[in-house]
Amino acid sequence: MPNFKSRSIISITDLSKSDILHVLKYAEEIKKKPQLDLLKNKIMASCFFEPSTRTRLSFETAMEKLGGQVMGFSQAGVTSAKKGESTYDAMKIIGQYADVIAMRHPLEGAARRASEATNKPVLNGGDGANQHPTQTLLDLFTMKECQKKLSNLSIALIGDLKYGRTVHSLAEALTHFNARLYFVAPENLQMPSHICDHLKKQKIKFSFHDKIEHIINKVDIAYMTRIQKERFGDPIEYEKVKDIYVLTAEMLDKTKPNLKIMHPLPRVNEIATDVDNTKYAYYFEQAENGLYVRQALLGLVLGKLK
Amino acid sequence: MKQKPPKELRAFKVFAIKEGTVIDHINVGHAIKIIRLLNLADEKKVVTVGLNFQSKNLGMKDLIKVEKRELTPEEISQVAVLAPEATINIIRNYKVTKKFKAQIPELIEYVIVCPNPNCITNHENIRTKFHVRYEKKNINLKCNYCERLFVREEIKEYKNN
Repeated sequence: MPNFKSRSIISITDLSKSDILHVLKYAEEIKKKPQLDLLKNKIMASCFFEPSTRTRLSFETAMEKLGGQVMGFSQAGVTSAKKGESTYDAMKIIGQYADVIAMRHPLEGAARRASEATNKPVLNGGDGANQHPTQTLLDLFTMKECQKKLSNLSIALIGDLKYGRTVHSLAEALTHFNARLYFVAPENLQMPSHICDHLKKQKIKFSFHDKIEHIINKVDIAYMTRIQKERFGDPIEYEKVKDIYVLTAEMLDKTKPNLKIMHPLPRVNEIATDVDNTKYAYYFEQAENGLYVRQALLGLVLGKLK
Repeated sequence: MKQKPPKELRAFKVFAIKEGTVIDHINVGHAIKIIRLLNLADEKKVVTVGLNFQSKNLGMKDLIKVEKRELTPEEISQVAVLAPEATINIIRNYKVTKKFKAQIPELIEYVIVCPNPNCITNHENIRTKFHVRYEKKNINLKCNYCERLFVREEIKEYKNN
């Protein structure tokens, strides 16, 4: 059985299939039956070196819903990082005050570095463009919840697949569950080759597409992401693609009845608001599930869930 | 046909050394980088460098001779990261007593500067670590911190260089 006690959760690649299923099992239990006193007298340091609303509030609420306490900061400006203190030193000290650390940092690798500085478990809430493992876990939890299974699903990843860290981690994690993947993106924002190579090795079937309409009737999950204007050197290139990757209610006429639409949020215009009221929309439930997954992780790494 | 001069008349390209290490078959352009990486120039030992020598296997090669100094196993693996074809000759009393190929270790510490400008190792004083993976004939290097994957040719900077 996986042992999570005192373990840092830095990258989804650190988790085996049985680790992932173990977290999802406890998230499901907590969603059904809240555990109000599980982390009584435990303190979580919430160290957000760059602004984040959903992830930070979700971590902090998760801790408080388990009876624990939260201390920390929500921007680097108030820390000694401004005076030139290293992440290593800062996290070593914070680890002396807290029982567990949830952190986000603009630099890639900061969470791994933090986990070297302290023997308290570190939960990575995003390190630059690198990893955001709790997002991937909540995505998997949501897929399992809305499809009643996690294996052999047909999943479309849509939007910015080149720079989006969520879709990279998700694709990697789905190698454990024999997914059939459809990558829908403009050519210059397609899934990077090193991830495709990894999928090939794991014998995961995938294909590339440039229009949502080509695949939307085939899939169980449509995972939308935002195309960021700042990724385009030439604004004309952005104008060409910005409206192609917008999902509207009228595109959902002939889909599979079990289709669910997911999005890591925030969305801008890539899912029209008329989709919100269809039975396919599942992105708000997905965001809520972050709470249960983070509660499960906190309970596990603090040794209160086995 | 151009005639080769008899051996005794051939000018020495580099002198034979009595004790020390000869690093041979260095990919062209890497000898100076190795000298900087290993701080060979700062140790007051005699160092002879050969650049752009003819080589049967490599076409051209660089070469370094360091007198009165044997490389440590860690230094040898650092050489391998820069010059995977290099051979190391340990010389005692003018004779090659050991000759072997430098081996790239599974974990490369310190030597490589991560090419990702947003990697924390480029912002704070951290000893870099790279995990080595072999993909067919290519050597891929994964940064322990930012987790980016690089092919060897993408590594442009080394420590001290």
